[in-house]
Amino acid sequence: MFITNTEEIPGKTITVCKGVVSGSTVRAKHAGRDIMAGIKNIFGGELAGYTELLSESRDEAIKRMKEQATQMGANAIVNVRFSTSSVAAGAAEIYVYGTAVVVE
Amino acid sequence: MDQIIIVVILLALGYFFGTWAEKKHYQSILQREKELIHLPTTTSKKPIGTLPPVKESKLVSGSVVISVDYFKRMLAGLRNIFGGQVSSYETLVDRARREAILRMKESCPDATQLINVRIETSSIAKGAKNQIGSVEVLAYGTAIYCQAE
Repeated sequence: MFITNTEEIPGKTITVCKGVVSGSTVRAKHAGRDIMAGIKNIFGGELAGYTELLSESRDEAIKRMKEQATQMGANAIVNVRFSTSSVAAGAAEIYVYGTAVVVE
Repeated sequence: MDQIIIVVILLALGYFFGTWAEKKHYQSILQREKELIHLPTTTSKKPIGTLPPVKESKLVSGSVVISVDYFKRMLAGLRNIFGGQVSSYETLVDRARREAILRMKESCPDATQLINVRIETSSIAKGAKNQIGSVEVLAYGTAIYCQAE
């Protein structure tokens, strides 16, 4: 599965366009992590727990998008965009969408 | 009286640790930016210059969450009254963006070029009661690998 955020895949030609695919996820960390983030907020610096949360959510969203594309019979996703929304505090909400295509 | 002492202690802790952390972080950012200068990164949709045939292209991303310290949060609060440039938050955002781009680059050190880079700011801690002053940045782009000539 090729995934890019460009309109076309360099070195390949798009033959069939299958339509829009998307994946989204809302994930949260346990309360301990939130408390640690609160303490870290006094000293400043990277909130490792939340960084981890962000990358986990990203991977999960991409995975769901991939599954959808596979179901549609596509072998690549182009023009991928990430979007974030705000549903609840302490939770990461990531929405990823793109166009499923068949390339050669 | 007790509360004033607590606030002063928090301010002192925030000032010393925050300044130290920021200095260290900037040093590491500058050093890593030098190491990765050989990897061209652009926001354009097409690769820059003429390249040999492309072997592979893939989506790469990097993310980071950085929080501001207590002292700077207080400063920003004061600044809010008078208006003007909030430099304590400017450095925070700058650090987060550069760190996210660096992490994205580090995930594909062998790529020929990194194109169509986009930066997205997320919100994890937004809306919490005791609001955590932090920025969450996600950088993503397409890494292209060319065939060796």
